[in-house]
Amino acid sequence: MSRLLQWVFGRLPIGWLQLTHKRGGFIAALSGVAFANVLVFVQLGIMNSMATATLRPYDFFLADIMISAADANALAEGGNVARQWMLQSFADSDVIAGMGLFVGNAPWDRGDKDITFTTFGVDPGQPGFLAPDIAGDAVLLQVQDVAILDRLARGLSREDAAAIRPQTPLSFETQGRTLTALDTFAGGGGFGGDGYMLVSDQTFLSLFASRTSGAPDHILLRLRSGADVAVVTERLRGLISDDKIRIRSFAEAAQEDLRYQQTQRPTGVIFGFGVLIGVLVGLVIVYQVLSADVADHLREYATFKAMGYGPWFFLSIVVEEALVLGILGFLPGLAVGTGILTLMGKVTTLPLAMTPGMAVIVFAGTVIFSVLSGVIATRRLAAADPADLF
Amino acid sequence: MNRDMIVEAHGLNHWFGTGEARKQALFNINLALPRGSLTVLMGPSGSGKTTVLTLLGCLRAVQDGSVQLMGQELCGATEAELTALRWRLGFIFQSHNLHESLTALQNVMMGVQVRTGVKDDLTRRAAARALSLVGLSDRVDYLSANLSGGQKQRVAVARALVGNPAMVLADEPTAALDKDSAAEVVDLLKRLGAERGTTTLLVTHDNRILDRADRILTLEDGRIVASKVSTGDDLDETLE
Ligand SMILES: Nc1ncnc2c1ncn2[C@@H]1O[C@H](COP(=O)(O)OP(=O)(O)OP(=O)(O)O)[C@@H](O)[C@H]1O
Ligand SMILES: [Mg+2]
Repeated sequence: MSRLLQWVFGRLPIGWLQLTHKRGGFIAALSGVAFANVLVFVQLGIMNSMATATLRPYDFFLADIMISAADANALAEGGNVARQWMLQSFADSDVIAGMGLFVGNAPWDRGDKDITFTTFGVDPGQPGFLAPDIAGDAVLLQVQDVAILDRLARGLSREDAAAIRPQTPLSFETQGRTLTALDTFAGGGGFGGDGYMLVSDQTFLSLFASRTSGAPDHILLRLRSGADVAVVTERLRGLISDDKIRIRSFAEAAQEDLRYQQTQRPTGVIFGFGVLIGVLVGLVIVYQVLSADVADHLREYATFKAMGYGPWFFLSIVVEEALVLGILGFLPGLAVGTGILTLMGKVTTLPLAMTPGMAVIVFAGTVIFSVLSGVIATRRLAAADPADLF
Repeated sequence: MNRDMIVEAHGLNHWFGTGEARKQALFNINLALPRGSLTVLMGPSGSGKTTVLTLLGCLRAVQDGSVQLMGQELCGATEAELTALRWRLGFIFQSHNLHESLTALQNVMMGVQVRTGVKDDLTRRAAARALSLVGLSDRVDYLSANLSGGQKQRVAVARALVGNPAMVLADEPTAALDKDSAAEVVDLLKRLGAERGTTTLLVTHDNRILDRADRILTLEDGRIVASKVSTGDDLDETLE
């Protein structure tokens, strides 16, 4: 390390020698930086997994445009829309298909612990609206009271899930009815429900007695291939002038949902603040360590100044120290952060994991913010007046 | 300007503070130090010795009068020019001011490294040689915290001399030392200065040092009141 720094800075690695001279303080400083890193990693991990979990259900469907109630910020939120708008939109020659999508939460009463399925009611006659890996199961859904279950659902054991086949179906009680699961698909637990379930729209309506076929939660539209989604969306907005509904491209709806979760929902905002606090903690720790270090060595620095060392020399010492703290603090932070995220992912079955992108961002952030605090800390150097040494 | 003189001051005045609190510390100082000489600056506390040293050593801006150091006028010089001039000076302070986390060798290396472009192994060798000159060859890799007071001050002497400075400025370098260590340090300065042609300006109260000086300047209330030049064994008194 010492040799590397000597080579990088072209001088004695004074910052390194100074930091490591007081071993206890050095280890404490590194732990502080590592702690700040872990904080940021955990918060980022949760934010990432929230994004993954929020966007996940959109992957189950293939659609170009989605018509929703004006207050439907997420798939499972807001009022419903009149089916008549779907028929209206067929007036546009680019719209080739439409499907009502129903969404509701159905708890599977398992005695000790319920599993809450976010349940989608779809038209089994229109497999084109389902993602390829699910579309094959549409034919199964044509039978009343059949369900396709999320094999990654929280609370459902992997063995139980793997056993669900058309030949070996699983029957279970929900909403006072008995459903038969004939197959599974890869969903994944989110922040709302424990997992997902697909049923036919008819089955959905029998599960949720208050819902009617004329008012699904969303209307999905597919367009003629080659049609410009933005242009058609704009045309439909002119065609259907009802301010209680919103017409968006499907991709846009997914992104708006994500933005809503991250900026409007308390959980998203809290985790966003968590990242900020982690960054601040790191900044303050590095600043404290470096400015205390500068203050402790004012006489030595003043001596160097007297010997003819200029401002760049002192800046480079503090930057050297900041780099050492940032880099050496990052490594344990990365290790502990990965461990905690993996553990939390296991416990919550949320898609929590360390990603290379996160590691790179946090590393760059750590180095940048460390150097920044270092540069702020050098302001104290102005107090080192070599004329006061004599 | 006399070529034999490394530094010459003419009509040097200096004030501290501003407004009401402004107080003159130096009055019309005139002096010239020949190359290779050892000059002792004496005087009671508060007479302005340190102020003279910091002005000649480019550690303070010259306010009024003229100081020519190695042919360059200090009055009106920029901070960068003063910094560059300090590369050719050596300083020894009352306290050693060694860097506690560096070894004796590394501390001395800092005295050369300021001149950028100096190779690491050359720096290392020069520092080791300087330490052997002050008799500390066996303490090269000691952290400065593990050296005695006299040894630390000798490291500081090595650090001041390692870059072959044109002039060494020392402010009571022996104040913190016992009698033997003090004599040792001053002898070192005298001997190395003579060998290398280094000019030395030494502030001291220590009477034992006086007989080793080429000349003695005495300050009182910011004025030079006596300037004795040694000719052979006895000192020749000339009043300014
Ligand atoms: N930074 C300063 N600000 C204001 N006044 C100062 C400052 N430094 C020195 N003085 C004043 O200038 C005068 C000369 O001080 P100087 O330090 O040069 O004396 P000295 O001869 O070195 O004394 P000593 O033997 O005690 O070190 C004193 O009256 C002192 O109070
Ligand atoms: Mg003094």
